Amino acid sequence: MSRALRHRAAVAAVAVPLLVLAGCSSSGGDDAGPTEITFLTTQDAPNPETAEALVEAFEAENPDVSVSVEIRPGGTEGDNLVKTRLSTGEMADVFFYNSGSLLQALNPDSSLVDLSDQEWVGSLTEEFTPVVSTDNGLYGAPLGASFAGGVVYNKPLYEELGLTVPETWDEFMANNEKIAAEGDGVAPVIQTYGETWTSQLFVLGDFANVLAVDPEWADQYTAHQRSYAEEPALLGFQHHQEVAEAGFFNEDFPSATFPDGARMVAEGEGVHYPMLSSVIQTVLQNTPDAVDDLGFFALPAEDAEHTQATIWQPNALYIPQSTEGPELEAAKEFVAFANSEAGCDVQNEMLPPAGPYAGTCEVLDSAPPLLDDIQAYFDEGRTANALEFLSPVKGPNLEKVTVEVGSGIRSAEDAAAFYDKDVESQAKQLGLEGW
Amino acid sequence: MTANLATEVRPGRRRRATGSTSATQRSIYPTWFLLPAAVLYVVFFAVPTFASFYFSLTRWTLFDTEFIGLENYVQFFSEPQLSRGFVNTLIYGFVTSGAKVVLGLALAVLLTSQLVGRGYLRSVVFFPVLVSTIGVGITFKALLDPFDGVVNTMLAAFGIDGPGWFTDPNQALLTIAAVDIWKGLGIATLIYIAGIVAIPQEYYEAARVDGAGRWQQFRSITLPLVQPATATVIILSLIGGLRSFDLIWATTGGGPGFTSDVIGSVIYKQYQAGFYGLSTAGNVILFLVVTAVMVPISMLLNRKEVER
Repeated sequence: MSRALRHRAAVAAVAVPLLVLAGCSSSGGDDAGPTEITFLTTQDAPNPETAEALVEAFEAENPDVSVSVEIRPGGTEGDNLVKTRLSTGEMADVFFYNSGSLLQALNPDSSLVDLSDQEWVGSLTEEFTPVVSTDNGLYGAPLGASFAGGVVYNKPLYEELGLTVPETWDEFMANNEKIAAEGDGVAPVIQTYGETWTSQLFVLGDFANVLAVDPEWADQYTAHQRSYAEEPALLGFQHHQEVAEAGFFNEDFPSATFPDGARMVAEGEGVHYPMLSSVIQTVLQNTPDAVDDLGFFALPAEDAEHTQATIWQPNALYIPQSTEGPELEAAKEFVAFANSEAGCDVQNEMLPPAGPYAGTCEVLDSAPPLLDDIQAYFDEGRTANALEFLSPVKGPNLEKVTVEVGSGIRSAEDAAAFYDKDVESQAKQLGLEGW
Repeated sequence: MTANLATEVRPGRRRRATGSTSATQRSIYPTWFLLPAAVLYVVFFAVPTFASFYFSLTRWTLFDTEFIGLENYVQFFSEPQLSRGFVNTLIYGFVTSGAKVVLGLALAVLLTSQLVGRGYLRSVVFFPVLVSTIGVGITFKALLDPFDGVVNTMLAAFGIDGPGWFTDPNQALLTIAAVDIWKGLGIATLIYIAGIVAIPQEYYEAARVDGAGRWQQFRSITLPLVQPATATVIILSLIGGLRSFDLIWATTGGGPGFTSDVIGSVIYKQYQAGFYGLSTAGNVILFLVVTAVMVPISMLLNRKEVER
């Protein structure tokens, strides 16, 4: 074989498989079928079910668009995935994500499509609008209602033991004492550290009480003028420690998971579950008969006049800037559909509201009774947004610190100081003044 | 007696020394044969490594980077969970490495003796190495669940109150280390088996003729002659232990709280939180720590080998 021939043979050997590959890829494309878009949601129930129901209703109205649902993990694992996919330009055409400080960390001005010209924007509540906006645009449409953070409790057990809803921290602890003494082995307080995020409620759910004492707290915190190591914010950590030291937790608290906790409070294995009121959606999926047995009260402050419910704004749907052309149009239609009448029907059915809606949707009479307890706080004007909607400063390790407090590894004072240190990385990453 | 053995052993080493002197011959292949490998090495290893040194000096968000000098390093060292993670990393590295040396050697001695089903037993010891670490982690998490796990249920049948394993702050790290040892023991045993099999039988025969017992044979022939294998096992398992992350993440995620955090998991959590520059600085530090621990140890082990 001559040198030239050998060279040609080598080129052919490389080129042939490439040609075959090219043939494969061209046969699959360019026939004018429906516009295909993807929708990324989280894996915890009932989010995947809601997504499927929403897509089904949407496709029935829009036969020229086909939506496929993708699932991602929740928590910090999910944050990581969302950021990575955004930064590599491979984000799904519509995705479901938190509003507030977590959204700000996505750098929405340079990663998301501005939706402020959309029709549904006019219906948003004034609490919700800022948590999906920057100075330059509005990026998210609500999916699901707002929810409250506090204590979800088992009403039949409260009646049985003759307890009343506590207004102060001391009353709450007295109720726990009574449950421990007369409750026949029922856990006064449910904790589920098998999923660490669930451990944060004593601190995060106490925030409205902090604001009641010090209305300037959130802004001053962003400016590095307030800290968790000082009262009133320290009380959340101290209360957590107090309950842990009294031995009020369920026996399997180190390994129990969130669905375990939902089941325990629903079936009366425990009385109080400090949790987000949206836990009712998990109860509806897993133990639907118990939905009417659950009530809600705000985490009590030291002083009854400071007891307020902490409110979380709904998560939202976003469109990344990597989505363009017909896909972008379809994605906008899909987002609008979620807040249309048909979309609201799906929301009411699949994501029973655990607080007021932030957009066009309206609460039905069939909503779980726990909602009435939350609505009462709204009617009395005793609510405040959670810290993550008022300040961009949120450290990544709060859930680990609160697990340590609840497990007796670290004292409340030490944990609060630790968390103050932890948020420094976030504040510096955001380039805030004063850190 | 031992002195006799020591003098007898020497020729073996001399043979190896003479074997290694003939490598200076010119290669018959042209140098550009190196090119494909060199390109891959530069693109996938050298460039990212040096890029990471640069990015560790920046505040790196999703879309832009800002040069901030050594601030990330200052921040990393002031991370409150770092001191715990640092101590845990050393404990974890030395415990797993030490156990693999001792148990690996013991198993290798057992599996090179005349044993029924030796081939089968060798495979059994090696199988855990082939399983995915994450799979092992999830499996053990289920087995060792303090309330519903198989292990504690069985212990309860005997009236023993099983410990919290992964959920007890005092035991979590050691439990993970035990799983790591179970999983990594096969490699250590394999290296030791190769080392023991390579020892010429004549030494043992001569020792038996001189009346040496089993223990004496092990002490004076096997142990000194598997020294190269020991060095390999220590270096491999210590590097693995110091960089360990996957098993810890799959079982406890560094918890409860921060009690089983190692440097690797601290870095990963920073990465998850979106502090890309900070976590890159952490990786550079981890690289330096592993180097600082390993270089002296590997020099010591190699010098021993040369001296003998």
